[in-house]
Amino acid sequence: MAVVIVQGGFDPWQEIQGYQNTLDGMSGKFGATSVFVGTMRDFNAGDPVKGMTLEHYPGMSEKQLETIVAEAQQQWPVLDSLVMHRVGDILPNEPIVLVAVWASHRGDAFDACRYIMEALKSRAPFWKKERLGSEDGRWVGENTKGYKSV
Amino acid sequence: MSIKVRYFASLKESLGCSEDDLVFAGLVSVRDVWRYANPQQPLPDNILAAVNMEYVSLDCSIDDGDEVAFFPPVTGG
Repeated sequence: MAVVIVQGGFDPWQEIQGYQNTLDGMSGKFGATSVFVGTMRDFNAGDPVKGMTLEHYPGMSEKQLETIVAEAQQQWPVLDSLVMHRVGDILPNEPIVLVAVWASHRGDAFDACRYIMEALKSRAPFWKKERLGSEDGRWVGENTKGYKSV
Repeated sequence: MSIKVRYFASLKESLGCSEDDLVFAGLVSVRDVWRYANPQQPLPDNILAAVNMEYVSLDCSIDDGDEVAFFPPVTGG
């Protein structure tokens, strides 16, 4: 299990391949890999967005993400996982977050990946400040709900 | 007892302060820390608090050496 805070750009697909290559002893064991990649949009709340800065609480970010991953492990038979989150200055079309989960079966991989991502959105201490073109940026007030209310 | 207080994101900007070191004589809660550190500012309604990097309620009591953090709703991912 790995949790990584990234200062600067990263390629999620290379990271997944690279991490999977390190998983000794898992060859033939995982039948499912579920992946979520979050990418920066060039619009938000009706406005074009030129870029943004992601602030975080160093130490607490890692601690909360590790707790969330441990919770997922307790609920589903996860073989391994990789969580990466970028901080600092970001441009549209660049990846912000990666959650990848390896499990024997797809249901567990899907569910654990979704759980980690939704918990990250509501508990991991990161904050986005958008650049709209004016001098002062705009802090994003809150995340949208991931699950549709039923 | 001595504690460190930290602020993040929009709260840090609006207060014009990222951290502070405070000394208290008696038992205090997270809410007391805010009142003492920001006597002119009411606690924002949607504020979140952490002690030693774990989420806590505003009524949580503080120990010597704790790091108390206040911040707005998180918006990562």
